[in-house]
Amino acid sequence: MKIRNLLAGTAIGLAFAFGPAAAQADDLTVVSWGGAYTKSQVEAYHKPFIEKTGTNIKSEDYNGGIAEIKAQVEAGNVTWDIVDVELSDAIRACDEGLLETIDHSALPPSPDGTAATEDFIEGTLYDCAVASIVWSTIYAYDTTKITGDAPSTMADFFDLEKFPGKRGLRKGAKVNLEFALIADGVPAKEVYDVLDTEEGVNRAFAKLDTIKDEVIWWEAGAQPPQMLADGEVVMTTAYNGRIFNAVAGEDKPFEIVWDGQVWDLDLWVIPKGAPNKDKAMEFLKFSTATEQLAAQASWISYGPARKSSSPMVGKYHNKDIDMGPQMPTAPKNLENAVQNNFEFWADNADQLNERFNAWLAS
Amino acid sequence: MSDTALPNTNIAQPDRPLVTADGIPLKQKLARTTRTMKLRALLLTLPLVFFVFVAFVIPIGQMLHRAVHNPTVSEVAPNFAEAIQDWDADSGELPSEQIFEIFVQDLVTARQNREVGKTVGNLATRINYEIPGSRSLFTSTARKAGRIEQGPYKEALLEIDEDWGDIHLWRTLQRASNNYTLAFMLAAVDMQYDKDGDIVQANELYRIYIPILLKTIGLSALITFLCFLIAYPVSYLLSTLPLRTSNLLMILVLLPFWTSLLVRTSAWIAMLQTEGIINDIMVFLGVIGDDGRIQMIYNQTGTVISMVHILLPFMILPLYSVMKTIPPSYMRAARSMGATQTYAFFRVYFPQTTPGIAAGTLLVFILAIGYYITPALVGGSDGIFISNLIADHIKKTLNWSLGSALAAILLVVVMTLYWLYNRLVGVDKLKFG
Repeated sequence: MKIRNLLAGTAIGLAFAFGPAAAQADDLTVVSWGGAYTKSQVEAYHKPFIEKTGTNIKSEDYNGGIAEIKAQVEAGNVTWDIVDVELSDAIRACDEGLLETIDHSALPPSPDGTAATEDFIEGTLYDCAVASIVWSTIYAYDTTKITGDAPSTMADFFDLEKFPGKRGLRKGAKVNLEFALIADGVPAKEVYDVLDTEEGVNRAFAKLDTIKDEVIWWEAGAQPPQMLADGEVVMTTAYNGRIFNAVAGEDKPFEIVWDGQVWDLDLWVIPKGAPNKDKAMEFLKFSTATEQLAAQASWISYGPARKSSSPMVGKYHNKDIDMGPQMPTAPKNLENAVQNNFEFWADNADQLNERFNAWLAS
Repeated sequence: MSDTALPNTNIAQPDRPLVTADGIPLKQKLARTTRTMKLRALLLTLPLVFFVFVAFVIPIGQMLHRAVHNPTVSEVAPNFAEAIQDWDADSGELPSEQIFEIFVQDLVTARQNREVGKTVGNLATRINYEIPGSRSLFTSTARKAGRIEQGPYKEALLEIDEDWGDIHLWRTLQRASNNYTLAFMLAAVDMQYDKDGDIVQANELYRIYIPILLKTIGLSALITFLCFLIAYPVSYLLSTLPLRTSNLLMILVLLPFWTSLLVRTSAWIAMLQTEGIINDIMVFLGVIGDDGRIQMIYNQTGTVISMVHILLPFMILPLYSVMKTIPPSYMRAARSMGATQTYAFFRVYFPQTTPGIAAGTLLVFILAIGYYITPALVGGSDGIFISNLIADHIKKTLNWSLGSALAAILLVVVMTLYWLYNRLVGVDKLKFG
């Protein structure tokens, strides 16, 4: 009797474990960065797409990098259909043959008929990748914790005397080295020239040394707003949309400092051998259309990659906040800004991360 | 039965062997029977042998192989990999025009190739491991190489980028054309090839693997020692208390042992973090001020505390089972003959527990040295172990060759330590219960 019960239980368990998975075999698996960012995509892309095509979408989260894509493609067991990646990763994965190539002429034109290749901002279309948004790494602080003079420059982030307290930084060399050099007085335009020399790298690490003991390292994009809210840090670097959503959506008293921001692209890529390649392509075309990109901007403060979307960007979806000035690409925010140099990082990421790890462990 | 048969079968006569009833020599018959029994026993162990082979021997063999085997260059540019072997790197001159031509042709073919693992990107990544910053040289040259219509190819390539005139680059390419390379094993011990192809130590600022390996060994030894210090009295208590009480206490030891590793590690995060229980209590008691909260986690302290707790049962259980077998009368006998309590303990009791200590320390140390999840969660930046770096290379940087090389080094270190241990303590003295 007991054994029979056990068997029945196992059978039911198995049915639960595999049943829905089997039913979802032809659902489209869309992989992105989770949290507020995925939510903006769900609202602006997924929901209207499901409504239009009837295709179900399974949304998965990851923390960036091409390791999973590479593992899936090389093992010949691809389960992801379309993935949101950073530019340097898109370039590297494409170079290594891990991605499907994308025909740019298949992308929808803008509402006034401009071809997609003209409508996308320069440097946002690649052989295997189509950009959706411009995002940025900035730093932010809690206005209730810093009451006197407010920090306004990147140098302030590294100034422990003026602004004592813990700092949050992303664990890795990328962006941190740029921030350190800007804080050390290097003009935004020259950051990668300086970083391309041994002295420049030394200089960046020396600057990071000055705050090392006070740093708490984060890895997932959802962490920094949480760390600020918990009072674990007084300032932290973060993705600008995450901070904006904590302010607009959860009324957190956070303030973004745009000085020295490092902006980058997020792009859609389709892993080679994706199970629903055609649907993934449909989804890519749908989500990078002018209206969808503009709609996403009402859910999170990331700039659309199409020129024709910009005039359509309005207010935050449920509040009276103009989204225009919140974008990394707003002229005021671009005054002292760096565009992430994907080529520099594709070349030097391995070596600099090694040095970063050595520095971290010492 | 004849008269002569009896003495023949019963009492050994050197020239006539013992025979069974059916006439087969007894020795043979016995050998046959034991052989079938042995075979049957072997058959029973076959599933295990098969399992160990598939899940252990093959993967470890593959890992060791991958640490020295990287055929990227010869897969992406097969003709070039063969041709470059004729070049003498020490001549101080660039490879011949013919080799340049083959190289350009291979680059152009590879660029059209979108097959996974055989693209210019793979080649670029491979060389970039040894010459950081050379990645874009390959990818951008490959893009432009298709436009080179005729020779001289050497000049054309130098025109695209003067870095192609660097002998160091060609020397590295030549070395990497060989499917077997030491480059990753060297990198795993903070060494590298210099511009002249000699093996040298890496720049001090980039040395990471040896320091972390030493730290891993040091922290594992510390964790093992702390486990021993805590476990010894506890095991003694458990082994001497009446059964009913000791069973209850044993459950307290085993309960955490049965709890998920992740749960226990997270529990330590809740306890130790700066806004956590221990700091709160100390602030409440006035031991420390609210702004003087102690950082006890996301560093080495956090790693040591949580790992001591997690590995403690592995020390207690062998100690306990050995202590349980030591009759209390021995100590009483020693006392009755005039030994002091301390003397009796160290001369009579302690030596008898050494098999348990040996088993416990070996178990805890070897488990600790390969630990991964706990340091990753509570180690922060300076409390990480070598396994975390291996995971990093497998999962993040995708330098699987280097990850394998590091794993191979870890394997060698563990085997060496085990060998040393065997020489010093003797593995036959181990007693798990």
